[in-house]
Amino acid sequence: MNKIIELFAIVGDYIRLILKVMWLSIYRTPSASLIRDQMYDIGVLSLPVVAITGFSTGMVLAAQSFFQLSDKGLSSATGLMVTKAMMVELGPVLTAFMVTGRVGASMCAELGTMRVTEQIDAIRSMAVNPLRHLVAPRFIAGLVTLPLLTVFSCIMGIIGGYVIAVYYYHMTPNNFLDPLPAHITTFDFVSGLIKAFVFGFIIITISCYRGMTTTGGAAGVGKATTSSVVICYTVILIGNFLLTISMNNSYNCLMAFIDKL
Amino acid sequence: MNQSENAIVVENLWKSYGNLQVLKGLSLKVPKGATLVILGRSGVGKSVLLRQILGIELPDKGSVEVYGKEISSMTESERYEAIKSMGMLFQGAALFDSMNIGENVAFYLRQHDKKIGENEIQKRVDEALTMVNLKGTQNKMPSDLSGGMRKRAALARVIVYGPNVILYDEPTTGLDPITAHQINDLILQTQEKFNATSIVVTHDLKSAAEVGDYIAFHDKGIIYYMADKHEFLNSKDPIISEFLANAILTKEYMKNA
Repeated sequence: MNKIIELFAIVGDYIRLILKVMWLSIYRTPSASLIRDQMYDIGVLSLPVVAITGFSTGMVLAAQSFFQLSDKGLSSATGLMVTKAMMVELGPVLTAFMVTGRVGASMCAELGTMRVTEQIDAIRSMAVNPLRHLVAPRFIAGLVTLPLLTVFSCIMGIIGGYVIAVYYYHMTPNNFLDPLPAHITTFDFVSGLIKAFVFGFIIITISCYRGMTTTGGAAGVGKATTSSVVICYTVILIGNFLLTISMNNSYNCLMAFIDKL
Repeated sequence: MNQSENAIVVENLWKSYGNLQVLKGLSLKVPKGATLVILGRSGVGKSVLLRQILGIELPDKGSVEVYGKEISSMTESERYEAIKSMGMLFQGAALFDSMNIGENVAFYLRQHDKKIGENEIQKRVDEALTMVNLKGTQNKMPSDLSGGMRKRAALARVIVYGPNVILYDEPTTGLDPITAHQINDLILQTQEKFNATSIVVTHDLKSAAEVGDYIAFHDKGIIYYMADKHEFLNSKDPIISEFLANAILTKEYMKNA
């Protein structure tokens, strides 16, 4: 029973942090230089790892699609498979995973270390709200950069798929690219962006919350970092499923409604 | 002690963490411009008391009044406004790892004194670092400094904005006697320069005798005994006598104190 109460207290505390950070981000926006530094750290420094992940995933997708579809005479769907998969599923999820590992973990460890060495209290003691100074810039930067990184990852994935399909399996470029304009919809693009935005929200808030509530010295920082990464991965996977179902159903309802009109 | 002469008034303060009751109705008063040293065994909640006074934690019950303003009942933004005139030296110095010493010392000015230019900030940072004998360390990172130097840099970070209440959390703990003496000297110099009201939490009786105007003994969540320095050091109270007898205090020093 105590565990359940404790869990509710943690969730309540987490929601309170989110609300405070959202309020601060909107009404007492932190300085542009802090946001710029975080955007550089989360966005620019993540480009290489996101590029490699996107590119290699695109290559694997193309190789598998071509291998699975060619004997059924469907090899021309390879480009479409790669692009759809990258845009609506793998781009957002893999980018979120990479950012969790590279940025979320370091964010949690940095804030956790600041917390156990009283640096966060020192910020408060100088009349500066640590949520505004430390969390809000990360929050804003995360919400902006995750969708951008996801778009970049998708582009790299499509390029990777194109390279394998055209130069390894000798598909013609037209064969790879022609189906795309007809079958890639705005919904695919928007749903990928919505997922990236939500994953950015999840990564930053969970990592910062775990960092800001770290206790127990160096060992505590280690535990908090591990748990923040595990929680982020789990919530991203569950969230991805729920978002996919809800957005697809919403899209179907919307289409049915438009058809009726 | 007249109520209006008190800079800090703590009344019936209660604070617990889970099942652990740390403060149990603690009360104390610190006159304006005076230095109160709080002595006590480890883990009795001396640092917790400082956090309540500074307003970075809120008590479960009771009140903290600093210069006539009730800190514990303020809204968050009012509290941050009130904290602007207070400063704290943390036990582990708590310098920001990601900034060099110059940026650490300039932090408050850059956050709150937006009107003053970068030249003025650099001038004040230089002055503060010179006062703590750390001139020329602006570009060093906190990890490049020794424990004593870090404490001095942290003190520079406080004195650069001249707060009228300064809280010291075990300023000499973990330092060799010579460095500890330097820190005590700096506390006295700071006191002289700013006429700030100070609370020093320490185990170090020598430090207490050097910097304190008043000494209080914190035990079992309350201020068990508080008196001016001479009265405290000559107290016949059995618990205080036992604490003093167990502390390293030479006869010579007692005579001087």
